[in-house]
Amino acid sequence: MSAVSPASSALAPENRPLKNHVGPLATARQSLIMAWRGLIKVRRTPEQLFDVTLQPIVFTLMFTYIFGGAIAGDVGSYLPMFIPGIAVQTVLTASVVTGVQLREDMDKGVFDRFRSLPIARSAPLAGALIADLVRYLIASVLTFVMGVLIGYRPEGGLLGMIGAILLMMGVAWAISWIFAFFGVIGRSASAVQGVSFLILFPLTFLSNIFVPVDTMPGWLQAFVNINPVSYLVTAARDLANTGGAGIEVLWAIVGALVVVLVFAPLTVRAYMRRT
Amino acid sequence: MSPTLAVEAEGLVKTFGAQRAVDELDLRVEAGTVYGVLGPNGAGKTTTIRMLATLLRPDGGVGRVFGHDVVAEPQVVRQLIGVTGQYASVDETLSALENLRVFARLLGYSGAAARRRADELLEEFALSDAARKPLKNFSGGMRRRLDLAASLLAQPPLIFLDEPTTGLDPRTRTQMWETIRRLVADGSTVVLTTQYLDEADQLADRIAVIDRGRVVAEGTSDELKASVGTASLQLDVPEAERIEAAVAVVERVLGASAVATAHGGGSTRITAPLADADTVTDLLIALRAEGIRLAQFSVAKPSLDEVFLAITGHRAESDDESAEASDTPKEKVA
Repeated sequence: MSAVSPASSALAPENRPLKNHVGPLATARQSLIMAWRGLIKVRRTPEQLFDVTLQPIVFTLMFTYIFGGAIAGDVGSYLPMFIPGIAVQTVLTASVVTGVQLREDMDKGVFDRFRSLPIARSAPLAGALIADLVRYLIASVLTFVMGVLIGYRPEGGLLGMIGAILLMMGVAWAISWIFAFFGVIGRSASAVQGVSFLILFPLTFLSNIFVPVDTMPGWLQAFVNINPVSYLVTAARDLANTGGAGIEVLWAIVGALVVVLVFAPLTVRAYMRRT
Repeated sequence: MSPTLAVEAEGLVKTFGAQRAVDELDLRVEAGTVYGVLGPNGAGKTTTIRMLATLLRPDGGVGRVFGHDVVAEPQVVRQLIGVTGQYASVDETLSALENLRVFARLLGYSGAAARRRADELLEEFALSDAARKPLKNFSGGMRRRLDLAASLLAQPPLIFLDEPTTGLDPRTRTQMWETIRRLVADGSTVVLTTQYLDEADQLADRIAVIDRGRVVAEGTSDELKASVGTASLQLDVPEAERIEAAVAVVERVLGASAVATAHGGGSTRITAPLADADTVTDLLIALRAEGIRLAQFSVAKPSLDEVFLAITGHRAESDDESAEASDTPKEKVA
C-alpha cells in the first residue's frame, strides 16, 4: 500500500468512528498543540519578541531616570514604587499584541486548514493565548532584572518577585481575551492595534504606575482608584516589596476571572461566527 | 440499488450582499469517482466547495457528505474530507515537516506517529529534501504538494481540490495530475474545480459546468464535447492569389464549408470544422499536389470559452475583476 492510500476498507466512511462533538480533554490537548505551533513560530521569527525584550529595557531605564528625582526625590527611592508598576505596564502592552497577531494569523490561508479539521473550534484561539504566556514571562522577568541591575532590592526577595510575575502573567492572560475579542471582530491588524492602544493607554497611564495617586486632582483620583490596573499594581508592589499578599491580590485575581468569564465566551462566539 | 453518494447538494444558495454567488445549485457525486466542477472565475465554484467543506454556511438548500449534513454534523463531515484550496493553507513561517506534524497531532496522532506519517507523506510528494527549510523559499508547485499532503494526513475518503493547478507551470501541472490519478486509483473520491476544460477532460469522470452559481450542463467529458461541436482546422496561406484554390481543396477534402479571413502579415487564414483527424493527411497531400504553400497549420480544440458559448450563449469571463461582478451583463455573442 502506498502512503497516500486514503481508502483502505478500515477507513471507509461507514467504518470510521464518527463524532459530531469534541470533548473537553481533546479540546485541551488540541489547544496545547496550537500553543506549541505558536512557540515554533516564535522560534522561527524571533523578531516577534522585539517588543517584550526591548521595551522592558528601554522603558525601565528611561522612566526611572526621567521621573525618579521629581517624584521620589532620588532614583533609588523611586524604584520600589516604579519597577512593579512598569512591569505591569509592559506586560499589559504585550497582551495587546495577542489580538493583533491573532487577526494577522486568521487572515492567512492556514486558518482555513484549521477550520476544515475535526478539532475544537476554539483550539486555535486558546492555543494562541496560551503561547503568549511566554511573552508575558519574558517581559516581566526582564523588567525585574533591569530593576535589580539599577539598584532595586525588594524586601520580598526572589520569591516575592516571582509571585508578582505570576500574578501579572495571569492577569495579562485574562486581559488578552479582551484584545483577542477585538482581534476577532476587527477588520484589519492595524485597526485592531489602533483600538487596543486606545483602551490600553488610559488604563495604564491613569493609574498609580508612575506617580502617587494623592498628587492628582480629586476627579482623577476617583477614576484611578477604581481602575483595575491600580489594583494589580498595588498587588504586585505588595508581593515584591513585602513578600506579603494584601487584599489587592485577591481583587486582581477576581477582576481577572470576571474578564475571562465575560470575554472568553464573547470572543469564542465571535470567532466561530466569523469562521 | 443506488450507488453511495459521496456528495449531494440540493438547491444550495449563498448570497454575498445583493449577489447570489451560488444560486440553487445541485450536485450528485458518486463515491469512488473524480468529479470536475468547471467554470470561469466568479462562477461560484470556490463558494460551493467551501460550503460543502463546512468552511462557509449555506444560506439555503442542503449539502451532504456521505449522507451527513454539512450544517447539522460539521465535525462528522470534517472527519471525512480533505480540502486543498486555491491558496495553499499551510503555515508560511513553519517548515514543511513542522506543518505536517502540527496538523497530524491535531488529527490525533501521537508525537512519534505524527512524525512517521509526516515523513511518509513528504517522501511520497518528493518534499523530503526540503522538509526542514522554511516555506518562504518553496515554489508554487512545492506549496501545492505540501498542501495536498496535509489534506491526505487523515486518509479522508473524500478530497476537495479547489483549482489544484491554477498558476502552476505545465510540468508541475502534469505532476499534479499524476498525483490526483494515483489518489483515485486508491479508491478515494475527488471533487475538483477548474477553469480548464482539458484538466477536467484529463481527470474527471463526470463534469458539471457552472455559471453564475448554477449548474448549466452536466455529463461525461464526451457528452459535453458533443455539445460544443468538433475541433477546427486553421490554415494560414501567404500567397493571396492561391486563396480560392486553397479554399476549394479544403472544402473538397474535408467535405465541409471553409471560411477565409484576412490575417496579420498579409496572409489569409482559412478556418474549417474538422470532424475526422485522419482527413488532415489527405488534405496536406492535396495541398502539396496543388502547389499551395502554407505559413501555418493548426488544429484548435474546443476551449472553455467555446463550451461556454455553446452552453450558456455568452462568453466565459476570465479576468479576476469582472468575475466578482457576475451580475453585470456579459458580452453577447451572436
